[in-house]
Amino acid sequence: MSEKYETREHDVLVIGAGGAGLRAAIEALGQGASVGVVCKSLLGKAHTVMAEGGIAAAMANVDRGDDWRTHFRDTMKGGKYLNNWRMAQLHAQEAPDRVRELEQWGALFDRTADGDILQRAFGGHTFKRLCHVGDRTGLEMIRTLQDRGVQMGFHVYMECAVTRLLKDGDRVCGAFGYWREQGRFVVFKAKSVVLATGGIGKAWQVTSNSWEYTGDGMSLAYDAGAELLDMEFVQFHPTGMVWPPGVQGILVTEAVRGEGGVLTNRQGERFMTRYDPEKMELSTRDVVARAIYTEVREGRGTEHGGAYLDISHKPAEYVKKKLPSMYHQFLELADVDITKGPMEVGPTCHYMMGGVRVDAETASSSVPGLFAAGEVAAGLHGANRLGGNSLSDLLVFGRRAGLAAAEHANRAPAPGADGGQIEDAAREMLAYFERPAGESPYALHRDLTASMQELVGIFREEADLERGLARIRELQERADRVRVEGSRLFNPGWHLARDLRSMLMVSEAVAVSALARKESRGAHSRLDFPKTDPEWGKRNLVVAKRGDSMALDERPVSPVPPDLGALLESAT
Amino acid sequence: MSDAVLKVFRGTSAGGELVEYRVPVAPGMVVLDALHHIQGHLAPDLAVRWNCKAGKCGSCSAEVNGRPRLTCKTRMDSLPLEEPVTVTPMKAFPVIRDLVTDVSWNYEVNRRIPPFSPRAGTDWKISQADVERVQEFRKCIECFLCQNVCHVLRDHDKKERFGGPRFFVRVAGLEMHPLDGVSRTKLLKEELGLGLCNITKCCTEVCPEDIHITDNAIIPLKERVVDDFYDPIAKILRKVFRA
Repeated sequence: MSEKYETREHDVLVIGAGGAGLRAAIEALGQGASVGVVCKSLLGKAHTVMAEGGIAAAMANVDRGDDWRTHFRDTMKGGKYLNNWRMAQLHAQEAPDRVRELEQWGALFDRTADGDILQRAFGGHTFKRLCHVGDRTGLEMIRTLQDRGVQMGFHVYMECAVTRLLKDGDRVCGAFGYWREQGRFVVFKAKSVVLATGGIGKAWQVTSNSWEYTGDGMSLAYDAGAELLDMEFVQFHPTGMVWPPGVQGILVTEAVRGEGGVLTNRQGERFMTRYDPEKMELSTRDVVARAIYTEVREGRGTEHGGAYLDISHKPAEYVKKKLPSMYHQFLELADVDITKGPMEVGPTCHYMMGGVRVDAETASSSVPGLFAAGEVAAGLHGANRLGGNSLSDLLVFGRRAGLAAAEHANRAPAPGADGGQIEDAAREMLAYFERPAGESPYALHRDLTASMQELVGIFREEADLERGLARIRELQERADRVRVEGSRLFNPGWHLARDLRSMLMVSEAVAVSALARKESRGAHSRLDFPKTDPEWGKRNLVVAKRGDSMALDERPVSPVPPDLGALLESAT
Repeated sequence: MSDAVLKVFRGTSAGGELVEYRVPVAPGMVVLDALHHIQGHLAPDLAVRWNCKAGKCGSCSAEVNGRPRLTCKTRMDSLPLEEPVTVTPMKAFPVIRDLVTDVSWNYEVNRRIPPFSPRAGTDWKISQADVERVQEFRKCIECFLCQNVCHVLRDHDKKERFGGPRFFVRVAGLEMHPLDGVSRTKLLKEELGLGLCNITKCCTEVCPEDIHITDNAIIPLKERVVDDFYDPIAKILRKVFRA
């Protein structure tokens, strides 16, 4: 390669600096490993910062009857039993310690009258379980982890994007990327790589996700030969903003309902009585999202095509104290005072249950040296994630990934990246500038999000999914002809051109898996197969790269051992 | 739907110019929406930082008609659209490209602040009132608008001797943490240059999180520095009552 690139070397390279990446880095540092953290944005801006409602952990500070068994049961039930039971168990058992640890590192949670960490109710959780800081829990978490990591001495490579994992034979030995600022290339050599890149929401039109959420980690893992699991399960959060147009999709925290918010349609009917009379507004997200969507489709939606969510029956001071950022968000962006009247809300693409298939204990993928934690990994949440289980997921499996990555680095030989891969990766990134003419990446992105929204959304059926898949494949061909204008210096068009490739690959995986699962379960709702089929409950779907095409396989759901199985039976 | 004209800085640290773009205005539109429209249709290489688009991450700071703002929270209908809307990068930091500035200095300052260090033997019981006092400081989203507007940094560029309001807020959050056991007053006085602040409250005015930076963070910290360095009796008393 004619162009020079810089090289950095670490025992453990963490890609992504949200909750999972930072927690992994802290753990690997604690094991004595040299750790580098790469992130596309500035440190502290990752998606975790937007998490609002809280961290689920069975601390039993408020409801004394809570324990890990109930949390395990709620998680499995919410996931429609497609979860990796061992992940659900470890998660429920370890979450309280991970929360206490955050507190010891300086996080300040809201308190009970006794001075303990306060917990609030949330959808699908039997007990008041979410440790929180008003409605800005994610900010508290990321700031605490970031300061801890900086003090411990990790190297952070900000505004740097990884475009390819490098391999030495079967194992991962590093990564290739570019600095967003200058557009120069960089090679990271590492014995272990932890993916903590989050989700894929930017492939949909209405989403609560930021520009970063383009499925990079899933795409990197797929290209490196790893399996992706449960890709048909995409969570649409029931409550995003619907008006004005510019804010469509921005998250309205479930804590509004946790604090007593009520959903009604344009006729003033509290419609959740027809969808889940027992849990009402605090039903699981898949149920509430479908309920709102159905109300709108059947002509009972609000002026701007949503439902009303009202918390104004609570005292104004209480609302401002418990939901301060919601209060400001609606007042400043939508001219709505939520202490006086209802919000208009509707479903928004929010979270990916599917992702890299990992081992429960170590978060290792099927590729040696490659680990994944947080949203980019799959298994814990099954067919539907409960609110609050994401932040605890980041901490529990971030820590486990960091630990295992450091141990792997101790045993692994020195990384030896093969030069051919690096040249190829560089050529791919430069090709966008070299085409004499071509399409704008922004136009392609608009077409992709419109297709996913229309054809691979909340309700699915075969004909739509077939059409969606055909469009994705057509877009993949068009993506090879994208041309980027301007220089390599901080050029968002160039960055999007590469991110599009990841989005297209993941979109294909979602459509392929959704087409194959001929039943409705959790977040996957097929109009042509509306029932949950026990036979499908025994199978997870996986996709992997075979040659140049995507192969779909089934894997048996690993059976829950009898002692834990007894817990699940007592639930129903 | 009417149009608005935006004059956006295009250039690098070597120089640049304001470039005009015409953008359709939709109801409730914010300046960041207008910038995204420019990226998507008129200038695909326009450099802008953003993430959450909901006022929670503090990435999209810039100067709108000369006022430091989060562009995701600045409504177009709050601006006089009969004239062009000027969007320029934060002045106190070096420009990388267009609206993106080099804010790495802030991360260097942060690294010098001793972390939370719990007092030995704490039982981790904290009252809500004690938590709330500190939570105000922990609301900070690190948009660096307070740093940008502070004249010690903006006009006098004393980055070598001054930490800036963002980090006084951070230190206040640590110093007033009910369980913290170390003092950072020496750092405030000798390294972060707290004395250079002459409490003009510009930082408080621009804070999108409404943190009372001057009144609740800077002034109490100044009092602590005075107590520790210029009032030996108060220092002894505080040690007695803290222990």
